[in-house]
Amino acid sequence: MIALLMRDLRLAVRAGGGFGLGLAFFLIVTVLVPFGVGPENELLSKIAPGVLWIGALLACLLSLDRIFALDWEDGSLDLLATAPLPMEGIVSIKALAHWITTGLPLVLAAPALGVLLSLPPTGYLWVVVSLLLGTPALSVIGTFGAALTVSLKRGGLLMSLLVLPLYVPTLIFGAEVARRGAMGLTVETPLLMLAGISFGAIALLPFASAAVLRINLR
Amino acid sequence: MMPDLGKYADVVLASYVVSLGLIVVLVVASVLRSRKAKADLQKIEARLKDGA
Amino acid sequence: MSIWKYANPVTFIRTTDRLLPWLSVAAVLCLATGLIWGFFFTPDDFRQGSTVKIIYLHVPSALMAINIWLMMLVASLVWIVRRHHVSALAARAAAPIGATMTVIALATGALWGQPMWGTWWVWDPRLTSFLILFLFYLGYIALWSAIEDDDTAADLTSILCLVGSVFAILSRYAVNFWNQGLHQGASVMRAGAITGSDTEEKVSNVFFYPMAVSALGFILLFVALVFLRTQTEIRTRRARALLAREQST
Repeated sequence: MIALLMRDLRLAVRAGGGFGLGLAFFLIVTVLVPFGVGPENELLSKIAPGVLWIGALLACLLSLDRIFALDWEDGSLDLLATAPLPMEGIVSIKALAHWITTGLPLVLAAPALGVLLSLPPTGYLWVVVSLLLGTPALSVIGTFGAALTVSLKRGGLLMSLLVLPLYVPTLIFGAEVARRGAMGLTVETPLLMLAGISFGAIALLPFASAAVLRINLR
Repeated sequence: MMPDLGKYADVVLASYVVSLGLIVVLVVASVLRSRKAKADLQKIEARLKDGA
Repeated sequence: MSIWKYANPVTFIRTTDRLLPWLSVAAVLCLATGLIWGFFFTPDDFRQGSTVKIIYLHVPSALMAINIWLMMLVASLVWIVRRHHVSALAARAAAPIGATMTVIALATGALWGQPMWGTWWVWDPRLTSFLILFLFYLGYIALWSAIEDDDTAADLTSILCLVGSVFAILSRYAVNFWNQGLHQGASVMRAGAITGSDTEEKVSNVFFYPMAVSALGFILLFVALVFLRTQTEIRTRRARALLAREQST
């Protein structure tokens, strides 16, 4: 399992693997927002938590089809399927690799981008915490979407259509934590709900993704 | 015959028109597809019977 | 004799062929009765004026939008557990109907909201969850039409339906938490907004009976359409199978 994880990480970091692409996308989205809504600091600091969450979500979505596509094309997915590793394990590792290469950098970059959007000082901690809790759920849910559409030639658009509605609860609670944190309100309830969704998704969705992948490999 | 709908007439009528319109479109589309599927299947089955 | 004998496509087509005319007539009768009764022969609400007449479309279509998804969930489970093709095809046949019902509920809701709340749309929990439900329908339909192999498509969509149901329920609670709304609670059983002239905590009977007839009409219409569309799916699949066999020999 660890070998598979290291392999996926190496492949992602290598040129053309898409590592950093998500980060760059995140940066560009956050830079574009002030152009769209105007440069008033007051307005920006109000919407900053939501913008950071949307940006992270889209950056995550962008890199999803890389989870399985390459392995599917060159046939290594079939090899993995016959390996002694259970499919659920493979799927979880893939999701973990996606999170380490996409989710984690996004979390670390969020405070820096918060400065650009004049995020209130109280917000930094909660933006990071909510993203740290929420991005694993985004990766796991995204892995499910990627597994659903892996056999399709141009599945990217369809995958967005399938995955985005599934992202709704995570986005709502995550952005709510960040928003309340930035306004200095108590964040307990949405934080607990976000954690619940994240851990629930991590625990259960790999089974669905593995089932879907097995069907696609049939 | 037409009841007096008062100042909300346009909204009420619009919702009836939209809803019934959508339902009619759905029904017509379903019926047309059903006819086409039936005809296609019959054609194929007839041809296979002739060939056999 | 059990319900499973209808899982045989031939039996299914024969039975539904016999039922379809009756169902269609009953659906049209109920819809016409409910809607004409509601439109022409019910009084205006003393607060909402003639806009109450929208209730005869809005409530039944909203009911159907949710229940059709439930029906698809059950059909998907039956497909996963018992592998009856008719079940998977029925789920596929139902999805576009559900999507249409969701659009009707949203459209009539917007038209009703405009004069009552002064706006076409608010990000209210009920409205928002319906919009999300519509997105789920879209994704489900898109996945069905994207995959060529029938059994694979049936498997994948039924799993999507299961996962989607869980997330749809989660979204419902998330949205509720996110914004308390303008929309009243489920007013058919209680609530005071559409009480008409009587003050009991319920939709007044004047409005309730035509609405119930109309809802029955919507249900019958749905059943008739699902039968028809499932037949279509069975026939198209059989035609494709015959063609494939012909080409391979």
